Order: sequence, then structure tokens, then C-alpha cells
Amino acid sequence: MSAALDRVTRVRGVRGAMLVSAEDGLIVAEQSMEGVKGATVAALAASLAGRLQRAMEAAGIGSSVFWHLQGEQGALLVVPGGNAGGEGILVVAVTEPDVNIGLVRLELLRAAEAAV
Amino acid sequence: MADDIRALSAQLAQDPQSLVFLRLAEALRRKGQLDAALRVAVNGLERHPHLADAHDLYARVLTDKHDYERAFDEWDMAVRIAPHHTGALKGLAFLYFKVGDIAQAEAHLEAARKIAPDDPTIDQAIAMVRGNIQTPEPSIASPSVAAPSVASSALDESRVFAGLDGANEGLLLIDGAGRVLGGALRDKSGTDVTDAVAAYLGGVSQEAARTAKLLGLGAWNGLSAEGQQGNVHLAHPTPGALLLVVRERGVPLGRLAVLAQRATLMARRWLEEET
Repeated sequence: MSAALDRVTRVRGVRGAMLVSAEDGLIVAEQSMEGVKGATVAALAASLAGRLQRAMEAAGIGSSVFWHLQGEQGALLVVPGGNAGGEGILVVAVTEPDVNIGLVRLELLRAAEAAV
Repeated sequence: MADDIRALSAQLAQDPQSLVFLRLAEALRRKGQLDAALRVAVNGLERHPHLADAHDLYARVLTDKHDYERAFDEWDMAVRIAPHHTGALKGLAFLYFKVGDIAQAEAHLEAARKIAPDDPTIDQAIAMVRGNIQTPEPSIASPSVAAPSVASSALDESRVFAGLDGANEGLLLIDGAGRVLGGALRDKSGTDVTDAVAAYLGGVSQEAARTAKLLGLGAWNGLSAEGQQGNVHLAHPTPGALLLVVRERGVPLGRLAVLAQRATLMARRWLEEET
């Protein structure tokens, strides 16, 4: 798990990466720079993931495979792992605003595969 | 009733830590004094944050005030604290029913029935959900079910996005409370899912704003998501409005963001004209 997170945090602009329990929003594993509040990231990512999940299912497009919240000063990127219902693990990255989203997405998907 | 409220208020004043706030807030709620009920419930919840009954009570008051989003959170919290809380399960069932998610409504009622098999109100509620008949209050939660849908006229409001691809089936504009302002959504089978998605999205918008703020990401300016059968992009044309673009999986997220930008400009213009 640590190696999988390593690959994510090696991408330029990534400030932290973690595995989060989707159900209770607790950190399972974490590699973050100083200043990244891991517990807050985990709780908020899990909460938003749950809401997004319900909206997407209502729209008839199934569970989310990857999502990305873009802010003016950074971004939150999440790949839900685990079963098809989106339960299980979330692989989460917090990044600078100018990060290569595609690259982080790839590494998060790899990390999710490794974590399951 | 007024005497009861006076007596309960006096008891609570004598012992602010006691659980009498539950009875007092419920009495006020039943009497229709919702603001007073809300104050008592919130004060009680501050003193007893881990009490499932307090979250359940707060959710009922919020439901009466038509604040369904926060009511959902409170009932959800009550079930997390006490998974066998039938009141919260019935409350969640009511909210799921309200947004048209019959399967979830039924699942929550079935869970409640397993816990309280002798509760006739649960059987009534299940029959109502299955038969889609009018609810006998208070069988599920509190207010009447299947309130007239604000979004029913959404298909006529597609002119917000006139000229844009998918204006009648893949673009939706809602306000902060999850009410449809324009556009419409259909799932793959052609069923109109506007209402249900709008109801859930009200919460997503607030949650995204809160998350971005608390994580120091600044103001959020977009949320993209890949689904198993489609992709979505959320943007907010004005602080109080939310725009959703839905497309099939083959449309990449980057292109979706461009589409959303165009739709955002149109929505912003339309909102300015309307106000």
C-alpha cells in the first residue's frame, strides 16, 4: 500500500495521498506533506463521495470511477476502490492547482487496484 | 398542550442536562411552533451530540421546515450512532421516497420492520411505497409524501440551454436548495430523472463548497466525475446555482468541462435576465 501511495505522491504537485475508508471517512494509510490535514481530507472526501454516489446513481450512470474537485488553489482527486457499489476504499490525493490531472488519475487508479 | 409545554420548559430550565428537551421539542413541533422546536432541539443536540434520539428529533423538525437536505444528514447520523433506530430508518425512507428512490425507501422500511415487526405504521408505509398511495401521517416521517414536484415543468424550461446539445436530456440547472431552474435529465432508458438528481445535487454543491473551503483549495470552480456508464461535470454559474452536464462515457472529462463552460455562460445570462 505504501508503494502505491509513493507513486502518487511522486507526481509533481501532489501534496498528499491517502487511502480512506469510504464508510466512516477514516484514514487507512497516508503519505502527506506537512500542512495537509489528513483526517479532515479523509472525512470530507468520504462525505462528498457518498453524496456524489447518490446523485450519479439517480442520474443512471452508476458508481463513480474517478472524481475531481477543482478549487482555485488546489484540487482533490478521488478514485473509489472496493466493490461495485463504491463501498470500501477511497484513494485520495490533494494537489496544487497546476498538477497534471491525467497523471495523478492514472496513479490513483493503480493505487486503487493495489489496495483492493 | 400549552400546559405540557410550560411544565416541560420548567423542567428543562431546572436541569438543562436532562433529556426532557426531547419531549419539549416534540411537543412544540406537534403544536407547529417549529422555530421554538428547532432551538430546543439544537440546544439539546449540543449537549448530547451522540444521542441518536436527538438527531432523529432534529431531523423531524427540519423535515417539517422542508429542509430535507439537513434532515437527511441528521437521520443518517442517527442511524450511524444507532443502526437499529426505527424512527431514523423511517425518516430516511420518507426522504428516499420523496426523491423517487423507491428501492431505497423500501429497503429502509424493511430494515425497520425487522427491528420492530409489530409496528403497524411500518407495514402501512411499506404498503404505501409499494402501491404509491398517499401516506397516512405519520406512518413514514412527518409531512405528506409526494409533494407536487417543482421539477415537473423542467422539460419546458430547457430554453435556458437552447441550442446546446443535450438541452432536454443532459443539462440541468438547479438552485442551492435542489430546485430545478431549467434543463432536464433522462437516463439511458429515457426515464426523466430530473427530480431525483436535483434533490441529491443540492447537497453535493454545499458539500463541494465546504470541502474546498476546509481543505484550503479556495473557491471550487468545478467537479468532474467519471461514472461506469457516463461522465458528469458540475459547475456553479452563480453562487446560488448549480449546473450539471451529463454525457455518455465516451465523452472525455476535458471536453465535458468545455461544454460545461459554454452552458455556464448561457445559464449565467439566463439567470441575470430572470432576476
